[in-house]
Amino acid sequence: MGSPKLLFRGARVVDPAGGRDEVADVLVRDGAVADVGGGLDAASAEIVECDGLVLAPGLVDMHTHLREPGFEQKETVETGTRAAAVGGYTAVAPMANTDPVADDASVIAEVRAAAARADLADVFPVGAITKGLEGEVLAEIGEMVEAGVRVFSDDGRCVPTARTLRNALTYARAFDDVVLADHCEDASLSTGQQMHEGISSYSLGLAGQPAAAEVSIVFRDIEMARLTGGRLHICHLSSARSVELVRRAKADGVRVSAEVTPHHLVFTDEDLRTYDTNLKVNPPLRSAEDREALREGLADGTIDAIATDHAPHAVEEKEAEFDRAPHGTIGLETALAVALTELVAPGLLDLSRALEALSCSPARLLGARDHGGPIAAGRPANLVLFDPEERWVVEPPFVSRSRNSAFMGRAMVGRVRHTVRHGMLMVSEGKATR
Amino acid sequence: MNEHLLSMHDVTAEDVVRILDTAESFREVGTRVIKKVPALRGRTVVNLFYENSTRTRISFELAAKRLSADVINFASGGSSVSKGESLKDTALTLQAMGADAIVIRHSSSGSPYQLTKWVRGHVLNAGDGTHEHPTQALLDLYTMRERLGRLEGLRVAIVGDVLHSRVARSLSFGLVKMGADVTLVGPATLIPPDAPVWGVQVSHDVDEVLPKLDVCYLLRVQTERQRLEYFPSVREYARLFGLNRSRVGSLPEGSLIMHPGPMNRGVEIDSDVADLPQSVIEDQVTNGIAVRMALLYLLLGGRGESGEEVSGG
Repeated sequence: MGSPKLLFRGARVVDPAGGRDEVADVLVRDGAVADVGGGLDAASAEIVECDGLVLAPGLVDMHTHLREPGFEQKETVETGTRAAAVGGYTAVAPMANTDPVADDASVIAEVRAAAARADLADVFPVGAITKGLEGEVLAEIGEMVEAGVRVFSDDGRCVPTARTLRNALTYARAFDDVVLADHCEDASLSTGQQMHEGISSYSLGLAGQPAAAEVSIVFRDIEMARLTGGRLHICHLSSARSVELVRRAKADGVRVSAEVTPHHLVFTDEDLRTYDTNLKVNPPLRSAEDREALREGLADGTIDAIATDHAPHAVEEKEAEFDRAPHGTIGLETALAVALTELVAPGLLDLSRALEALSCSPARLLGARDHGGPIAAGRPANLVLFDPEERWVVEPPFVSRSRNSAFMGRAMVGRVRHTVRHGMLMVSEGKATR
Repeated sequence: MNEHLLSMHDVTAEDVVRILDTAESFREVGTRVIKKVPALRGRTVVNLFYENSTRTRISFELAAKRLSADVINFASGGSSVSKGESLKDTALTLQAMGADAIVIRHSSSGSPYQLTKWVRGHVLNAGDGTHEHPTQALLDLYTMRERLGRLEGLRVAIVGDVLHSRVARSLSFGLVKMGADVTLVGPATLIPPDAPVWGVQVSHDVDEVLPKLDVCYLLRVQTERQRLEYFPSVREYARLFGLNRSRVGSLPEGSLIMHPGPMNRGVEIDSDVADLPQSVIEDQVTNGIAVRMALLYLLLGGRGESGEEVSGG
């Protein structure tokens, strides 16, 4: 393997897992970090001058939709992982709501094979909790665990009954470190929902989904985790009361973790006033108080991870009447910049905590041991180098096959320069190398 | 005025006065033998109706024709839409054909907003889903002003399914803008709980409200099955909120009864009540043409401040 020898010289190395935030050189050789320190020997290495740049563990997205198999008009494993690499990600976890559903090891193997062919990011497929995502019969979790799956989710659909979730959590206890991730939404309160229910939905004449549709299920799920001792993860938290429930559950010692998306950290229901379908997401964008609580929950560690919920949709699907457009926004290419621009720059989050949420925590939850740092000699070289000052505007073209970005037209500060995966440059000067 | 009329939030109180004044000068045109002025000669107005609506479509068609515009009626049934053409492609086609204004009625809230992203012409919202119906609100304001001489300080109740009514939204926003005192009345399931944020009051007791009104505005009760989860029965609705013969007596003298049509006689309004002199439901229809003439005229580049220019041509 022609893995190059790379010397990152004079970077601000921010490595939450290693407890490091200082200017240093990092030498990469044979796919791994060879050395970290000052004035490292550059002999025969390709030198990357990093003055003013940040070197961090490669980002890890625990909630991605790569759409393959079945919805290749929206995204493929190749286009999605290329978008991930350009966004600074070295690992992503594609959700199971493909066609066919990733509810057995053969679909998992197919996704893995496509990822290996693309060779742009490490892919950790999420398996379905129930067969066909239908919420009734448990999927063959054991077989998928043997195939290396660690996180299971019926994402896009809520596990419909407490009984099914209870059984899944209990069943999964037999396997080490398996995490069940639920999309919390009471269907009876959200039929036909287009947005958060509140004064904005009433004014816009769009069917609303109250925060209670999420909160009531978060409560149910936490109680099932408490009852079973199972390992629960709450997908894309959106409301203040859900954050509070997770905070209390953690204090009680319930085995629960949670994620939040970049868009829920930035937008509110009021932003829907022009009926921009790129802001139609599920769970919906909620009130300013909810957004505030999400930011606080992320800062204090109640919320473990920032996850993109990268949800590509074809142009013609989103360029439609609001109530006919599908839910979702792409996010892989913008998540780091959003965190830097909207959270780190205004002082809501320090850079180390932001990177922990974008890399270390999701890597831990996914069991992606090669990712998330620490940046230390002998560790696999999965890294991102970014310019925290570069200004840019989110606009097409995107690397993703789709362009339904909630952040379209928004000014960003901070941009990825290089993404290094197992010692190889996946992205150089912001461009994918393959 | 804004380039488009999508919502009552697009017009200021001054705009409303200008629209109503312009409409007043157009009212006269409807009384002539030759009901036509050349104000929009050579301009093309497209009625793009994705939802059945006899009265609004005809009203817009007459308004455009009385201004001498060329009118194209494009209904979703029997057109390219029924072959699966998207709203965007339909819009681009109309754009390519040189539509100066597009009047859109659609069952999806916000569709007029989407349309403005794809066409250069002026867009008029003729009712979008459960969002707004601003031309209805303006013709209602016109009717109230004409009959009662003012809008400021008027006490108006809007009774019925406010939650799903685009008329109620536009009218509430318009009345509040003009300084009227608005009360939304209906079962608690059909009034948005946050409605006071709009600057209106909320009541669930119609008998308590009626004696204090200048205008009792009744909404059509939707009796489709999916609406019925919000109240037990049409019978109970009529008993609690319907404007019947005995209730109408508690309305002050000189007050108006209004309804955007089509009415469910015997549900929200008794047949006898609908036919009382204080019911101005037919005036609403007549005024609708003049108000829509004014809107087309003002949006398509008329200046509107001079009555001579409007009617003298």
